[in-house]
Amino acid sequence: MLLIDCPHCGPRDEIEFRYGGQAGIAYPDTPGELTDTEWAAYVFLRDNPKGWFRERWFHVHGCRTWFTVDRHTVTHEFRQSP
Amino acid sequence: MTHPDFLWRNPDPKPAYDVVIVGAGGHGLATAYYLARNHGITNVAVLEKGWLAGGNMARNTTVIRSNYLWDESAAIYEHSLKLWEGLSEELDYDLQFSQRGVLNLAHSLADVREARRRVNANRRSGVDAEWLDPDEVKKFCPIINVSERARYPVMGATLQRRGGIAKHDHVAWALARKADAYGIDLIQGCEVTGFEISGGRVLAVETSRGRIAAGKVALASAGHTSVLADQAGIRLPLQSHPLQALVSELLEPVLDCVVMSNAVHVYVSQAHKGELVMGAGIDSYNSYGQRGAFHVIEAQMAAALELFPLFSRVRVLRTWAGIVDVSPDASPIIGTTPVDGLYVNAGWGTGGFKATPGAGWVYAHTIAHGEPHPLAEPFALDRFTTGALIDEHGAAAVAH
Ligand SMILES: Cc1cc2nc3c(=O)[nH]c(=O)nc-3n(C[C@H](O)[C@H](O)[C@H](O)COP(=O)(O)OP(=O)(O)OC[C@H]3O[C@@H](n4cnc5c(N)ncnc54)[C@H](O)[C@@H]3O)c2cc1C
Ligand SMILES: [Zn+2]
Repeated sequence: MLLIDCPHCGPRDEIEFRYGGQAGIAYPDTPGELTDTEWAAYVFLRDNPKGWFRERWFHVHGCRTWFTVDRHTVTHEFRQSP
Repeated sequence: MTHPDFLWRNPDPKPAYDVVIVGAGGHGLATAYYLARNHGITNVAVLEKGWLAGGNMARNTTVIRSNYLWDESAAIYEHSLKLWEGLSEELDYDLQFSQRGVLNLAHSLADVREARRRVNANRRSGVDAEWLDPDEVKKFCPIINVSERARYPVMGATLQRRGGIAKHDHVAWALARKADAYGIDLIQGCEVTGFEISGGRVLAVETSRGRIAAGKVALASAGHTSVLADQAGIRLPLQSHPLQALVSELLEPVLDCVVMSNAVHVYVSQAHKGELVMGAGIDSYNSYGQRGAFHVIEAQMAAALELFPLFSRVRVLRTWAGIVDVSPDASPIIGTTPVDGLYVNAGWGTGGFKATPGAGWVYAHTIAHGEPHPLAEPFALDRFTTGALIDEHGAAAVAH
C-alpha cells in the first residue's frame, strides 16, 4: 500500500485517497475552435510513462484536498515536485 | 507421440524479416501462428524482452466467454470462442479448455435490467446466453449463498454455458510449437528499444540484440505498448495499471463453473489442479511495477466470502500482478497506425486472454493485407476521434 503525503494531513494510507491521473490537463482555452482530433487528444490521450509521472490524488476520506505529486511508475516512490 | 525435449528452437535473430512481432505473449504467438497458417507468411520473428509468455499470458486467470454487450464486441469475442472450441485438436495439444459455464450475478434491480438486456443482445448476436433466477442459480452452483439475508442478495444471473477456462501455459506452448514448426523465429531475451522510421514508414526495429530490418512491425506488447508507441512518436489512449489475482491452496473439487459478480466485485473459478483462482479489479494508479497493494487482495477475498461463506477457512497460497493496458472504452485497439508498416494490437486490458486466438486471427489478417480484418475494423484507433466508442464497461466491470 502506498503512503501518500497529503499537503494538509501528512502521510496517510492509500485507501483514503482516490487517484486522479495525469496532472496539468487544462480545459481548452478556445473550445469552439478545436478540431475533432484536438478534442480526442484532450478527452482521451494521457501520458503513460515508465518512470516519473506527475499525477493528481484526491484525499477523499480525509480533508478532500486535490493535490499533485511526482511518483515513479516502477518503484512507486514519491519525490517533491520540482 | 513422444514429447520432444524442446517445443521450439531458440534461434539468433536474422538481419531481416518480412514481419517482426513485438511481444511473445498469447497475442504475439497467435498472430505469428495465423500469419503462417492463414496467409503463408513465415519469414517472421517474434521478439520477446523476457521469456516466452512470461507477461500477462502467465498471470491471467483464464476466464473465457463472449457475452459482451455490443455487436462489434460480441462478434470478435464469439469468433475467438469458436476458435477455442477447435483449438486443442488443431494445435494437437491439450489446452484443458473446459466449457464449464460462466455465471454473472445480479445483485440489484439495475444489475437485473442490465443483465437481461445483455442476454437479449447476446442472443441477437448469436452468442449463447440464459437468464437464471435465484433458484436456478442455486441449482447450477449450489455453494453460492443465495439467501435473501445476504448483504447483496443474488437476484439472478446470466449464464453462458459455452464459457469457461483453459490452461494458459499450454496455450502459449502449443502456439509457440506450431509457429516454430512453420519456421517462425521466436527470439527470447530480445528487447525492442526503438524504431527506424523514414519517410513515415518503419524500416527496422532497434533491439538489445542489434538492428533487425522489418517489412512490417506488429506490436503485441500489452502493458508496455505505450512505451513502444512513444518510441515511434505515437500517442495511444492507454493507461497501464497493475491487475492482481490470487490462488488458494489446492482443494478437492468444490466449484465446477466460473462465477463473477460486478457488484460484490470478485470472480472465482477452480483450476484443474484444485486451487481457487480469484481476481477483481485494477489497482487505481498507473504502474509498470508488476505488483499491487494488499488492500485490493483483501477486498476481493472479502467479496468472495460474501458469495461463498464456505471459503472462510481457505488459505491464500500466492498473489501476483500483471501490467494491463486499459483503454477509455474497455475495448481493444487493433489496426494500422499513423506510421506506415507499424501495426497495433493493444488495449485488451483486463480481458484479452479469452481473445487470444481471435485477436491473433484478425491481427494476422490486418498485417498481411495492410488493412483491417472486418471484425477488427470497429476497433481502429480513429474511433476516439470519430466518437464511435465501443463501451464495454458493463460487460467488463469486474476485470476478467
Ligand atoms: C491478473 C490478471 C488476470 C487476468 N485475467 C484474465 C481472464 O480471466 N480472462 C481474460 O480474458 N484475460 C485476463 N487477463 C488479461 C490478459 O492476460 C491480457 O489481456 C492478455 O494476456 C494480453 O495479451 P498477451 O498475452 O499478448 O500479453 P503478454 O503476455 O503480457 O505479452 C506481451 C509481451 O510483450 C513483451 N514486451 C513488452 N515490451 C517489449 C519490448 N520492448 N520488446 C520485446 N518484448 C516486449 C512482454 O515481455 C510480454 O511478454 C488478466 C490479466 C491479469 C494481469
Ligand atoms: Zn488530507
